[in-house]
Amino acid sequence: MRFAFVLGETFSGIRRNLSMVVSVVLVTFISLTFVGAAGLLQQQINQMKGYWYDRVEVAIFLCTDTSTTTSCASGPVTDSQRQAVQDLLEAPTAAPYVKSFDYESQDQALEIFQEQFKNSAMAGTVTADQLPESFRVALVDPEQYEVVNELFSSMPGVEIVSDQRELLEQIFSLMNMASVIAVSVAVVMLVCAVLLIATTIRLSAFSRRRETGIMRLVGASKTMIQLPFLLEGVIAALAGAVLASVTTWAVAEFFIGDWLTGQYPGTGFIAGGDALVLIPLLLLVAVLLAALSSILTLRRYLKV
Amino acid sequence: MGKAGTETSPTQPLVPRDDRVQGQVWNMIRFEQVSKVYDRRSRPALHDVTVEFERGEFVFLVGASGSGKSTFIRLMLREERASSGTVYVVGRNVARLPSWRVPRLRRGIGVVFQDFRLLPNKTVYANVAFAMQVLGKGRAQIRQTVPEVLGTVGLEGKERRMPHELSGGEQQRVAIARAIVNRPEILLADEPTGNLDPETSLGIMAVLDKINQNGTTVVMATHDDDIVNQMRRRVVELHTGGIVRDEAGGGYRTEVEA
Repeated sequence: MRFAFVLGETFSGIRRNLSMVVSVVLVTFISLTFVGAAGLLQQQINQMKGYWYDRVEVAIFLCTDTSTTTSCASGPVTDSQRQAVQDLLEAPTAAPYVKSFDYESQDQALEIFQEQFKNSAMAGTVTADQLPESFRVALVDPEQYEVVNELFSSMPGVEIVSDQRELLEQIFSLMNMASVIAVSVAVVMLVCAVLLIATTIRLSAFSRRRETGIMRLVGASKTMIQLPFLLEGVIAALAGAVLASVTTWAVAEFFIGDWLTGQYPGTGFIAGGDALVLIPLLLLVAVLLAALSSILTLRRYLKV
Repeated sequence: MGKAGTETSPTQPLVPRDDRVQGQVWNMIRFEQVSKVYDRRSRPALHDVTVEFERGEFVFLVGASGSGKSTFIRLMLREERASSGTVYVVGRNVARLPSWRVPRLRRGIGVVFQDFRLLPNKTVYANVAFAMQVLGKGRAQIRQTVPEVLGTVGLEGKERRMPHELSGGEQQRVAIARAIVNRPEILLADEPTGNLDPETSLGIMAVLDKINQNGTTVVMATHDDDIVNQMRRRVVELHTGGIVRDEAGGGYRTEVEA
């Protein structure tokens, strides 16, 4: 009875104040979607780190016809130079750092290139002799890249030693920046949402001041008087959070999970399932913010 | 407050002061040297008021506008706290009640106003039922009690009317029904006949009298002299915040003054 009555009051308040409640829903929706996006980016970063750090290698690129570095002044790598690099990889100086290594010929490099860029017009124009052959070296400790660099970069026939982790770090830092931006936008939007909830509750309390006045007079408890307003704010924010959750999930499932994974297979993208972890967080943020701003507003504007 | 002091006529408390031991309060309402100052620069709304109302009494609180009647009522409801002195309602010092106990205090006090304060979008029945719903009363109890109380105030058969379809007198009856539906021990009426014509006012007085006969203490603030003169109940007159007369079975003016 009591609960049904409180809910009834809540929904009559929402009906009377519908346009404000809708705006709370939308602002909460947008702001939490940004929170969700930041969450997805972080998940994607973690996923890629886990996926790539195992696979990332140091690549020792050997000279080609088109190489321009000074170590390649003598033209493309010769068989003996290639052998020297391989010997050093197997020698006791380098071996403690090297977990394993593979040789990648120019034809293999072309194959991989064409696979990666199969949707791009570039794939057809590149030929095998434009791509360097390389040794793909997996390190025991990926942090030890510098040692390997020093050992190999000055060898004749070696064009460059590149740490692929560095490339990844760049991608990660881009993604991190994107998620920082998303969080910043989310924070601003959440401030809007909090203020909007406060205004909505104020208006709602004002438009129902007759009812609350009578409630006070006949001795209704503080809970009975304030709870409908609190619930009004929380329900509106929760509705926004549900929309944001659905959006976040849909982005993870369809955009990242289906479309991006289809575009770049083997990159290790997250999917809709990963987004489910974020949903309780979004709902919790919505409830806490709405409850907090409602309580503060009610304390000021609805005396009991 | 020299002016008020010179005007003070001999007051006659119904129960001699000596009969009471400090701290043992059996009165329905007791004001002990109560003063209320809203604003330091203006004169106090109430000044050193000491008065007691017994269980089952019917008391008129009379005086011109600004004499402190409304402050008197607000202090009992703890809408305000006294600046000094103590207000007891059913033996409880209302200023000392923790805020979460204030609703319970108000449940024991029904209030009626000059402007009725009905909910315009609710029927007569729903207006009265609202006072029970917000206290969490069960549906069965509401269904039983509301028609009974509407009967008490003389509104049988008007349950489904909306407030705007009723006359002023009928609206005030709804307000009274709402005030007593939770069976308070005290009914405070602040100018309940202020917006009503004399004939309708008499009808309202009959209702209040009936409620008083059933054992409810009624305190009515008014400046309707006809009603006070007709009812011949206890009259407490306030003037500029002080009690200038407390007379059992009095009229609006004292016999001396009139």
